Amino acid sequence: MSNQFNVNVFDYRKKIIISVFVLTALIFLIQLFHIQLLDHSYKASASSNITRHITKYPARGLIYDRNQNLLVYNDPYYDLMVTPGQVANIDTLEFCELLGIDKETFIRRITSAREFAVHLPSVFEKQLSNEEYAVLKEVLYKYPGFFVQPRTLRRYSKPVAAHIFGYVAEVDSETVRLDPYYRPRDYIGISGLEKSYETVLRGSKGLRIITVDALGRDMGSFKDGRYDVAAKPGTDLYLSLDAELQEYGEKLMQNKRGSIVAIEPSTGEILALVTSPSYDPNLLVGRKRSQNFRSLQRDTLRPLFNRALMAHYPPGSVFKVISGLIGLHEGVVSTNSKYSCPGFYRAGGITVQCRYHPSPVDIYGTIKHSCNTASSIIFRSTIEKPGFSNIQESFNNWRSHVSSFGLGKRFNSDLPYELPGIIATSDYYDNIYGTRGWRALTILSLGIGQGEIGTTPIQLANVAASIANNGYYYTPHIVKAVGSIDNPIEKHSEKNYTSIDSTHFAVMKKAMIQVAEEGTARFSRIPDIQVAGKTGTVQNPHGENHSAYIAYGPADDPQIAVCVIIENAGYGSTWAAPTASLIIEKYLTGEVKRTWHENRILNANFLKPFPEED
Amino acid sequence: MKQQIFKDFKNIDKTIVLLYLILVVVGWLSIYAADYKEVHRGIFDISTNYGKQLIWIFAAFFIGFAMLLIDVKLLQAFAYQIFAISMLVLVAVLFFGTEINASKSWFTFGQFSIQPSEFTKFTAALAIAKYINSNKNRALSFKIRLMPLVFLFIPFALVMLQNDTGTAMVFGALFFMLYREGYISGVLLSFAAAAAFLFILTLLMNEFVIIGILALIAVITAIILRNNKKEVMAVVGLFVLLSVYVYSVDYTFENVLQPHQKNRIEVLVDPNVDPLGAGYNLNQSKIAIGSGGLWGKGFLAGTQTKFDFVPEQSTDFIFCTIGEEWGWAGSAALIIIFVVFLIRIILVAEKQRSAFSRIVGYSTACLLFFHFAVNIGMTIGLVPVIGIPLPFISYGGSSLLAFTIMIFTFLKLDMKKLEML
Repeated sequence: MSNQFNVNVFDYRKKIIISVFVLTALIFLIQLFHIQLLDHSYKASASSNITRHITKYPARGLIYDRNQNLLVYNDPYYDLMVTPGQVANIDTLEFCELLGIDKETFIRRITSAREFAVHLPSVFEKQLSNEEYAVLKEVLYKYPGFFVQPRTLRRYSKPVAAHIFGYVAEVDSETVRLDPYYRPRDYIGISGLEKSYETVLRGSKGLRIITVDALGRDMGSFKDGRYDVAAKPGTDLYLSLDAELQEYGEKLMQNKRGSIVAIEPSTGEILALVTSPSYDPNLLVGRKRSQNFRSLQRDTLRPLFNRALMAHYPPGSVFKVISGLIGLHEGVVSTNSKYSCPGFYRAGGITVQCRYHPSPVDIYGTIKHSCNTASSIIFRSTIEKPGFSNIQESFNNWRSHVSSFGLGKRFNSDLPYELPGIIATSDYYDNIYGTRGWRALTILSLGIGQGEIGTTPIQLANVAASIANNGYYYTPHIVKAVGSIDNPIEKHSEKNYTSIDSTHFAVMKKAMIQVAEEGTARFSRIPDIQVAGKTGTVQNPHGENHSAYIAYGPADDPQIAVCVIIENAGYGSTWAAPTASLIIEKYLTGEVKRTWHENRILNANFLKPFPEED
Repeated sequence: MKQQIFKDFKNIDKTIVLLYLILVVVGWLSIYAADYKEVHRGIFDISTNYGKQLIWIFAAFFIGFAMLLIDVKLLQAFAYQIFAISMLVLVAVLFFGTEINASKSWFTFGQFSIQPSEFTKFTAALAIAKYINSNKNRALSFKIRLMPLVFLFIPFALVMLQNDTGTAMVFGALFFMLYREGYISGVLLSFAAAAAFLFILTLLMNEFVIIGILALIAVITAIILRNNKKEVMAVVGLFVLLSVYVYSVDYTFENVLQPHQKNRIEVLVDPNVDPLGAGYNLNQSKIAIGSGGLWGKGFLAGTQTKFDFVPEQSTDFIFCTIGEEWGWAGSAALIIIFVVFLIRIILVAEKQRSAFSRIVGYSTACLLFFHFAVNIGMTIGLVPVIGIPLPFISYGGSSLLAFTIMIFTFLKLDMKKLEML
């Protein structure tokens, strides 16, 4: 290759590259010439014609219960918007009269809108009703700069299940910054299903671009609506909730603090999730929302607190069914074991009190009479069972059995803001007592469900469901189908097995039937329906004991598993058990015949003035 | 020593420096305009984009000046090591980086984020420059030709793993430089261009229609060339090759591309495909630019960009602000400034005695060109929406710092051109 040739080749390539640069620039200039000068539809001058982008807000998805009763729907309303830069020559006085505001308010609102943005619309008057809108619509043309933006608000057909639905509110600025879908003033689900199913329920926003003249009058669609987008309404939810049962549960819980959770054992579907005190979901909608929210927040009864998912109580005697099952599984107790109970259990300087009941008791009697002595011995033998090299190992074995029932952890299904409860770890005791400083007797109270143990009502209802299923449960969930009832979600259809051998459940079931038939809960029998249950009276250092009960029924074909906890009500057998029996009766037969029980619960009031719990 | 440095400054290419400064200033003003709200904050307020960008600009000036002081021969000596370190950083980002806009390609320090991949364009260019420089007297074997592609492929693959397709594609810009150096033939490059053209055409039309048209052209060409059997065979071969390509493009598009990638290409053909997603950006961008007219609405007077109709308006869609506020006149001026800047870099590069210096210059120009073409092309609907910044103009520190380092390295190489061999 000669040098001359080389230079020519390089010169040629340089020219090629420079030509590519220049050609690209020329194409850009031509395209810009086209869209900026030739195609006038893009030209929107601020002085004569400007486009206005009107967001079309989709209606949120509807929510139905398991019998396809509509529970949550939408009502239209209108926001009066103002673009301060376009307000000119209006009769302020007349306008104020129309809206029923004074001149100061008018000036204050215009000023704050102006501070936000001169050329962007801000809300002037929020949530006008249909009637107010009808009046305003006729005369709005006289007030350039003002226009009306249609929106929708949530409505509830029954004032129930407020915590399940959660509520919707304007999105906060942090979310706007992080998620490009949201613009200031959009609505977003803040809690409950509105939050966990936000992306499903919200649908997608549409956009209408209109051309407006200098007076802000609608001059029609921009480019014949070529850039408009239709709003896509939200997708509906079908819940497993039985609205009638939920309503009944909330009624039973009136004037009480506590919770009722009902689950269908064969699916894990939540039938009722009552927390009390509750509030009317319609309170957190509309113009009074923040005012109502603040007063609910200040209420010392804490109606915003979802006890069904977040309150943890020591399970008390209810826990004896788990203690017993673990004992059976570990082989430290059998159907032949007998325990004599002198009314207390004393060992190593520790005394556990028991009540008077026939003695001795076998495993059935232990559950039926809720014997603290036998339960303590079973727990102690489980922990002291030979074969473990240290207490940590045997405790962890016990603990893993307990957590296999779903205790001490979140279900993470479809309800937000659930708390895991507490099951202390061996590390916890190591920290307090030192690695060698504790033994079975130190933690004896765990055997009767007291001490370093906290369970939520939904977890206890799930324990009842697990026993009903002979040792497995489906993750409790509340959404049955999305979009259409024929489109069930499969996400929670996996069985979660407990670590207890399924053969032992027959024993515990028999014991629990005895509880309901002739034991501590015999008072709450339902005619013609056999129920299995376990009462609990939860010691409460802050005041009167909590009344607790778990049950499922019918005993031979479980269709509903229930947990009832009533705070400060006393014995489980006197308040929680009858309440649960009413829920079971209502669900299985559709009506309640035992009106005496019903009235007794309805009239009970446990909301005495009471110091705040920690 | 000191005097030597100041003497060197007299040799600096003032045109490049001046155009660089103009672009940076125009960039900051545009970010200011895009971010400008009625409630005005100070220009140093780092909660605003323009406040942060001002800090980046000062940092860029500082680093640019520092590049003029260092001994550039060191850059050449350690080009491979620098490249290797930068690749390690890319790997580190994959593990320890922050995810922004679905791309895991950032390191975040408080208010500021750095995107290491922006700098690897430079380190890859340095490595290739050194490699080609050291092989300049050899015959170009296949192995030697292959090495630069390896230097490009490693960062390309790592950036793809970060899920940042836009930045990864930028490495392709260096094919122009390789073409200039004779490592890639012009035929190959034209083939690539034809392939890209056919690709777009395939999306616009039914693939069988295109194959039909190709067949028609092939038949006509074959008839013209009927006396030369060899050429007829070549035409038939080419036709078969192109038909297979067209068909496989269609297949790839339908079955291989991810939905969001597919969307970005589809909206070019029909903006109504995804009017709230990729199509929304494009429509809003065109409306904003189109509303500028001949002379624009004036500085800070834009309505479309100001009201957040255009997303990413201070980063990828910054050109909208210029188009709206300065009109066709201002847009044309910016485009011309850019192209003059690029041509100037090429011309200065051609004057270098050292292949290393020339390749650094060419690489800088080609990378800048790619960003320029893709970014502006995207805002006016000529190129798919690919999120890469407009150099010196878009908001963002990494791109500004990386390009500043490239420009000033090249300026320093130019100042020392008599010493570089």
